[in-house]
Amino acid sequence: MNVRTPQATWWAKGACMGVAAVLVAACGSTGSTGSTSNQASAPGITATSVTIGSTQPLTGPAAPGYSEIAPASNAYFKYVNAHGGVFGRSINYKFLDDGYNPTNTASLTRQLVLQDSVYADFDSLGTPTHLAVVDYLNQEKVPDLFVASGCNCWNNVSAHPYTFGWQPNYTSEGKILGNYIKQTYAGQKVGYFAQGPNDEFGDDGIAGLNDVLKGGGVTLVSPTQFYAPTAAGAAGVKAEMAAMQAAGVQVVASFSIPLFTAAAIASAASINYHPAFVVSNVGADPPTLTAILTGGSLGVTLPAALLTGLTSDSYLPLVSDSSNPWISLFKGIATQYAPNLPWDGNVLYGEAVAYTFVQSLKAAGQNPSRADIVHAIESSHFTDGPGLAPFAFSASNHLGYTGVQVAVLGAGNVQKAVGPVYTTDLTAGGAITQFSGTPSTPPSNGIPSD
Amino acid sequence: MRTFLILTVDGVTNGFIYAIVALALVMIWRATRVINYAQGAMGMFTTYIALYAISHGVTYWLAFVIALGAGFLLGAGIERVLVRPVESRPPLNIVILTLGLLILLEALAPMLFGGQVKSFPAPFSRIDLSIGTTQLYISPFDIFVVGAVLLTMVVLVLFFQRTTIGLRMRAAAFGPEISRLLGVRVGRMLTLGWGLAALLGALAGLLIAPAIFLYPNNMDEILVFGFTGAILGGLDSPVGAVVGAILVGLVLSYVGGYAGSDLETIGGLVILIAVLMIRPQGLFAAQRQRQA
Amino acid sequence: MRALRAPRATALRHAAVLLPLAAVLVVVTYVFGAFTDYNIAGIAIYAIAAAGLTVLTGINGQLSLGHGALMAVGAYTTSLLLKEQPSLPFLLTLLAAIVVTGAAGGIIGIAAARLRGPYLAGATLALAVGLPQLAIHFGSVLGGNQGLNVAAPQPPAALGGDFPPERWLAWIAIAAALISLFLLANLVRGAAGRTLRAVHDNETAARLAGIDVARVQVLAFVVSAVCAGLAGSLFAYWVGITAPTGFGLQLSLQLLSAIVIGGLGSLTGAVVGAFVLVYLPVWTSGLASNLSLSSDVTNNLPLAVYGAVLVVTMLLFPRGIQGTAAAALSAGRRRLLNRRVNQRTSEVTT
Repeated sequence: MNVRTPQATWWAKGACMGVAAVLVAACGSTGSTGSTSNQASAPGITATSVTIGSTQPLTGPAAPGYSEIAPASNAYFKYVNAHGGVFGRSINYKFLDDGYNPTNTASLTRQLVLQDSVYADFDSLGTPTHLAVVDYLNQEKVPDLFVASGCNCWNNVSAHPYTFGWQPNYTSEGKILGNYIKQTYAGQKVGYFAQGPNDEFGDDGIAGLNDVLKGGGVTLVSPTQFYAPTAAGAAGVKAEMAAMQAAGVQVVASFSIPLFTAAAIASAASINYHPAFVVSNVGADPPTLTAILTGGSLGVTLPAALLTGLTSDSYLPLVSDSSNPWISLFKGIATQYAPNLPWDGNVLYGEAVAYTFVQSLKAAGQNPSRADIVHAIESSHFTDGPGLAPFAFSASNHLGYTGVQVAVLGAGNVQKAVGPVYTTDLTAGGAITQFSGTPSTPPSNGIPSD
Repeated sequence: MRTFLILTVDGVTNGFIYAIVALALVMIWRATRVINYAQGAMGMFTTYIALYAISHGVTYWLAFVIALGAGFLLGAGIERVLVRPVESRPPLNIVILTLGLLILLEALAPMLFGGQVKSFPAPFSRIDLSIGTTQLYISPFDIFVVGAVLLTMVVLVLFFQRTTIGLRMRAAAFGPEISRLLGVRVGRMLTLGWGLAALLGALAGLLIAPAIFLYPNNMDEILVFGFTGAILGGLDSPVGAVVGAILVGLVLSYVGGYAGSDLETIGGLVILIAVLMIRPQGLFAAQRQRQA
Repeated sequence: MRALRAPRATALRHAAVLLPLAAVLVVVTYVFGAFTDYNIAGIAIYAIAAAGLTVLTGINGQLSLGHGALMAVGAYTTSLLLKEQPSLPFLLTLLAAIVVTGAAGGIIGIAAARLRGPYLAGATLALAVGLPQLAIHFGSVLGGNQGLNVAAPQPPAALGGDFPPERWLAWIAIAAALISLFLLANLVRGAAGRTLRAVHDNETAARLAGIDVARVQVLAFVVSAVCAGLAGSLFAYWVGITAPTGFGLQLSLQLLSAIVIGGLGSLTGAVVGAFVLVYLPVWTSGLASNLSLSSDVTNNLPLAVYGAVLVVTMLLFPRGIQGTAAAALSAGRRRLLNRRVNQRTSEVTT
């Protein structure tokens, strides 16, 4: 099936034969980090560069916020390139706008694979969008690394051996948040506010919450209040909040995108309803929420406690924790290489996932084939990266981070970590365990060491 | 009861905002027989202008006036530069032209003002009023929205019924040939019509932004709902447009609240089709025809 | 007898154009590689839908802003059948999509026949916005937000194990497009086409001439829906997933802009428009990535270009690409003719 990239294969062979004439033993041993020279070991890899591609919602309704991720990743790659690259190769990151429309994702991914001959598809964003191409990328044996979505559908090793998730899946996250709710709000009334119905973000998250909370300890109030993620929908979540208020819900567990977290908090405030909000990481980035809510959209000075107490979780160091060495590293790089980006969770995400890619590329060896990087990721948990918990990666598991730490928004909209990092899997009833590892610190030059 | 009350207030206030968009569409339709699909995006763009002014120290009310003025200039400019040359072409060309404009404005806004979701201030509190412990589910801002839209409608009616220029505009729209013979500068009237319609669009953008926040696509559905309202009421009738839009607001709110948010737009669709099957030119069509 | 013979000659003429075109396209799929094959398949699919819309909007004058919803009906029919019965023959899934969408088009057409101008536009717009929501509401059957996955049709073993699936899909789509265009061209040139046009040009006159206007309008809707169903079915295979986000308002508006940019009312124009639809994003996608501008600018530049292209085309080439080219061609011919006539007259006078 490798006929699809005749040029690249031809080049690889040519380079190999040329070298073979001089240095007989050099060619077979791709992946070794010896003193061999750089070769065009795979499509997208030349002696001096690695080209990777991605599809992202740079425009359209999903663009606000998410359109920062790829430029942030690119800022980190520029930083690495300015400091010698990976095995002397500079990373060339080509991200294309699919407008969160799977039709565009399908054709742009072909463009990346067939025309631009990318080595790997990296951090492509969205569940319905990426589901359109996951079969294709695996048929073509293109590494499909670190999909930007917490759907647990990326973990299907037998059908999709080249596909890897990255962020914690929504079910595991829901379990850990549920665990926190059970401990912190024992005996209280808990209600769900979620994207959906029939949306994997809301559905998977609720499955995780239910797994823990159905067992008792709190009173679950049904039904789940769903919202449809449309532009005008944000004006209409007041009824949902009022229903929760009427049912006496004290804790709102929310799997919502930032726009609707903000709308829910504002709507609740407008009817003098002040429950505790426990929100999925996706919808709780403090800089984003603050920007949306504190510009006077409620028409009054915000009650000081409006955002204070907002509970969420994180699998990366907290974006506002400037004393954390990872945060100062990534913030510094963003400031230098992408000065127009705001400093928020999306930018941190983009840089951190780029860091994991550089780790993987280094682990794959000097002259990696496409399969080499897959094997390298499967045999590593990358515990020396920015993540708080290890990756689940193994030959039989392609899920991303295994755990999160709960964080609560304190005064001045600064998040504070609460309790230990917990890890879990997505099985029902699967244990939620404390992670005992110590947090890592970045290498001094900010680039993963070999 | 409580839910019903909230859904009703929500539906009416949203409906009033759809009504401004519907009025803007009706104005342009009556003047030039064109549906301006860029109406929503123009309102989004002028709201960004207002926010830009506010972030540079301008007061809300001055920014409000600036946005309305910018809307007027934008509308008048688009009529003169873009719409006039294609006026004699098949109507579909103008449809595509306004769609192109919609896409262009939604791309230009993040290029000029940044792509993040932004908060847009409300001039009055959006916290609901209460009497004693009884929650009223209506906020000062809701009252302002309803008042602003009602005032706009009264001003428009007076403008078209009582002022010379308003009469000329109506004449230019209904009988351009005869009006021209009578010395009405028809072209200038059309430009004025587009300018005023865009001013209404700007008003809609300013009033909806505190609730749905500000980003390039934030008016996409507002346009669809406004258009639906205008059609429901009958495109030639301003009163019909307002009634239709409020009806759309209520239906969406009730369907979303009682049947599930995922059914909201389908609910709107069903109502629209049902009404059009009985009255293919909208609820207020017959009255219009008798007038004409 | 004459009436019968004329269309047959037209049919032959159309076949004489389309068959060599098919041969050329098959050769092209061997020359430029898999990405071009994939794009050719896309052009063919959009061309089918756009050609159907041309009959409805360009020729019969019914403005549909919701044609993407009809494509969704076709795509979901095929995807649902494959979900329940993965081994179903390919042609059967196409046929089912055509039948179901044709029926849906008939129902919508009956409703639409009562509506005119912007009222029809508004109703179809609401259809485009509302219908995809059904796939979310009935998520357990229709896949919800995640949609339904569709595997690409595998080339028959007779073509060899190395035969790229992109080329196979391109062949299928080309065949479907050429057959559709052939049938539509014959329809448009025949008596039915004259009736369709008559209703567009002057409804009252058509009615006086004994034409059942409503019936003709429903017929136009069914014809265009059949095309949309076929295109939607192939679209499901082409994209690989059938999800609500793929059938938003954007798709309907893209189809409409394709037929206007290509040249309203002409089937050739529909094909040209489909070409623009597929290749414009390819040309503009990397537009600003190498410039050192802020990401807010580079991210949105291709979209701005797309919007500007629509506006400028309408201002400078109001008859679309096909219309402008045809006008230039006929102007050239007339000039040539005039010169000849002038020569002849000058010969006479001297």
